[in-house]
Amino acid sequence: MRFLRWLLALFPAGFRQEFASEIEADLRRQRREAAGPGLAAFWARATGDLLRHALLAHWDILRQDLRFVARSLVRRPGYAATAVLVTAIGVGANAAAFSVADYVLVRPLPFPAADRLVKLWQHPPGYPEMELSPANYRDWKDASSTFESMGAFTNTAANLTGLERPDRIQTTLVGPELLPLLGANPLLGRRFDPNDAEPGAPRTMVVSERFWRDRLGAAPGAVGSTLALDGIPREIIGVLPAGFAFPDRRTDVWVPLTLDEASLVDRGNNYLEVLARLRDGVTIEQARADLAVIADRLARQYPAANEGTGATVQWLRDSYSQRSRLLLLALVGASLCILLIACANLGSLFLARALARESELVVRAALGAGRDRLIRQAVTECLVIVAAGGLAGLAVAAAAIPLLARLVPESLPLHDPPTLDRAVVGFAAVATAVTAILLAVLTGRRAEGNHAAAVLRGGQRGGNAARERLRQWLLAGEVAASVVLLVTAGLLLRAVQRVAEVDPGFQVDGAFTVRTALPASRYLDNDLRDRFYRDVLAGVAAIPGVEAAAYTTCLPMVCGGMIWPASPDGDPQIRAVGNTASVRFVTPGYIATLGIPLLRGREVTEADRRGGQDVAVVSASFAERHWPGEDGLGKRFTVVGRNRMVVGVVADIRVRGLERTAEPQLYLPASQIDSAMGYYWPQDLVVRSSLTPAALLPQIERTIAAIDRDQPLTSPRALTELVSDQTATRGDQVRMVVVLGAIALVLATIGIHGLLSYLVTARARELGVRMALGASRSSVVRLVASNGLRLVAAGAVPGLILSYLAARAIRAVLFGVPPGDLITYATVLGICLVVALVGATIPAWRAARVDPAAMIRSD
Amino acid sequence: MNIFLLMTPTPESLLPLPPVTFHILAALATGDRHGYGIMQEVAARSDGKLRLGAGTLYRSIQRMLEQGLVVETSARPPAREDDERRRYYRLTPLGIATARLEAKRLADMIRLAQATGLVPGKV
Repeated sequence: MRFLRWLLALFPAGFRQEFASEIEADLRRQRREAAGPGLAAFWARATGDLLRHALLAHWDILRQDLRFVARSLVRRPGYAATAVLVTAIGVGANAAAFSVADYVLVRPLPFPAADRLVKLWQHPPGYPEMELSPANYRDWKDASSTFESMGAFTNTAANLTGLERPDRIQTTLVGPELLPLLGANPLLGRRFDPNDAEPGAPRTMVVSERFWRDRLGAAPGAVGSTLALDGIPREIIGVLPAGFAFPDRRTDVWVPLTLDEASLVDRGNNYLEVLARLRDGVTIEQARADLAVIADRLARQYPAANEGTGATVQWLRDSYSQRSRLLLLALVGASLCILLIACANLGSLFLARALARESELVVRAALGAGRDRLIRQAVTECLVIVAAGGLAGLAVAAAAIPLLARLVPESLPLHDPPTLDRAVVGFAAVATAVTAILLAVLTGRRAEGNHAAAVLRGGQRGGNAARERLRQWLLAGEVAASVVLLVTAGLLLRAVQRVAEVDPGFQVDGAFTVRTALPASRYLDNDLRDRFYRDVLAGVAAIPGVEAAAYTTCLPMVCGGMIWPASPDGDPQIRAVGNTASVRFVTPGYIATLGIPLLRGREVTEADRRGGQDVAVVSASFAERHWPGEDGLGKRFTVVGRNRMVVGVVADIRVRGLERTAEPQLYLPASQIDSAMGYYWPQDLVVRSSLTPAALLPQIERTIAAIDRDQPLTSPRALTELVSDQTATRGDQVRMVVVLGAIALVLATIGIHGLLSYLVTARARELGVRMALGASRSSVVRLVASNGLRLVAAGAVPGLILSYLAARAIRAVLFGVPPGDLITYATVLGICLVVALVGATIPAWRAARVDPAAMIRSD
Repeated sequence: MNIFLLMTPTPESLLPLPPVTFHILAALATGDRHGYGIMQEVAARSDGKLRLGAGTLYRSIQRMLEQGLVVETSARPPAREDDERRRYYRLTPLGIATARLEAKRLADMIRLAQATGLVPGKV
């Protein structure tokens, strides 16, 4: 029977009150009569019948309510539209922001047991995350006990030939353990086994599904065919499935990483990235302790390379998206602010609505409508509005996500773009529904009690003080949240401005760049390489309109690394923060072509030959570091194993991008590079010219094709793009926050306007009396306007304090703009003032037009 | 009580009646009954074929109360038969008129069926 009573509880309250005891009595009797075998049938029948009719009873009521709600909303289109719009903005902003944040920060990476994947680095003094040398990797792998599996990889790029045109593609060298570790099961063919990584094994490669589809025409026979990477023929042994992306979304080709005896000699040659899976049940701290012991032993055993070198263990998830994390969190915070504001606005609207229809409710209650029933109707109305708003919001989010997708770092190993996922939609739906019901119940509760009689008598003065106070609190919250958003947006804007103002140190305008990376297989010969550079530069210089051209290892901002220890004669060669410099090999005239100011001496010239005096051009900070107060010319130091003489000093440039300070720079003649240093061979061609890139590129292409038909050209672009890219992501993110700030402002204005209009209506009689007693129109306007200002001030002051705290939290991305930046705060306060005045204008105008006589008569 | 149903409907506006409603009206035509009595009466008159579930019955009664087809009556049967907990329902004049109209409508349909030879019988 208890079960049946529970079923009865499912019926609407009104029905229960009337019939529950009847039904219970009937069922008791039926059960008595249906003794024995009929009992089961009785239970089944009764359960089905009650369940069905409970639902039908609710459905009946819902239909009535929906009809009623539809009629009442059509009568108040302004109210309905505002409420739907407010909800749509709140839900839309959040669904979009959370979808992207979830994608970048939370979602598990698409690898098996991804929650146990870690990245391993060695930690020499000053560099917490440095790649491993092959020998150290081997020793860590052999000696550690906390890892289930460990694999190494390193990224590179290779010239691909054998297809219709030569191309430069992203390639990753992977140890045989790596693909199994990542659960990459081939779509076709096989993946690498340990034999493929043996020195002297047949050359093989594995390609991505995208590469197989786009470049190989999805041919089933592609496996087994041969392509050349950097001139070396390799057999395609497998195709990895479409969802697999590692180490990032751009990688198309994987080749085996071979660690032969020669590579295991130099422990200072750090180029392996290492991925590992913790054993089940092992904590990351245990893994850290494990590696710390091993690193300590290696440091004592091989002090030359490993002195002071520890180990860093980091979750793979955390190794991505560090950079975008803060800004993304700021975005999430901003959209939460919007949600808060939207809720406050909605609550305020519902309150006003409840107040406006109080007399209607009281009349209906007096006519016998149950209180539960009235509240239920109010809840239905709110739910209808919120549901409409929620749906519109999801449409907003679906439209916004592609824009937000630009915030997703390219380095993430996730294949598909972010989408509005089910969890976010579900959460948004539940959150809005709960909010709506809470608001509706809170605001609908007063249609009862003694209050009713007063309303019926017509003595109502527009609601009660408690409700007004609640609305004012809501509004203050709204203003506070808007202020936080605006200040954050303002500070981020100032930061972008600052970044854009940074002088990169070289001349950006009128220069064009293209990359021709020479394959080691064909250009190992020094003369061959020197001739290539000489011929290309001569050919390009002959193009009419070209003023200068030169090659470098890698352009600033494109590469931040390639850092070497460099110290004057006599200093020990220990890699530390204090004695490293970024090393670039350049052809003659590079300094002038890039427009870097030459301070003293000369730059790299044709006179710097192989076998002659080894020379270097250094940046001012390098000279100042090692020979303070002197001009540095003629001094000697050792870098990359050679002793060099300083022949020129140039200004410093921003190698690592506009936002980061860079190590001092060293420019070494391309003609004095060892052929073993393939990674440092000049590959970026810079051309200074008055021609447009579109006019220049085909001519450069023709020139190079005439010299080496198989040599691909990649990444053609103007230097200005290179620099503007530096602020692009930041700009996108800031634009997002600014848009959210603007939305917040609009919502706050709507809120202020709504509350003041309501207050003016509610106090029309009072205003009439005041004017009848001699108050001037202007004093009435002042009264309303000052009310508006007070409302804004009540929110703005706590808002400013919160802003300061928020700004401190995101200090790292503010690029030196102080969290208490006066200009920003003053601007935001000014905006608030304007908003208060705009919001108060119409209500004040209406207040001034109150007719005292009419008001007093109507009382 | 629902505020939109305060206005009394006409018998015509309620036709055709849901079968369950008609059965309840018929059961009450022979005298006031409580819910359980209605169930028993309906079952008896349909030779046990129609057994109203409690949910079906009381939701119908609720609607019939709102429509004004039946009322709750304070008159009680003789004490011996009375069950203190029960509510008794009685047909209203509107209920009687509606039941008659529905019966006539059904009879007309039978006649139509006979005339067209769908069922055997006199025209």
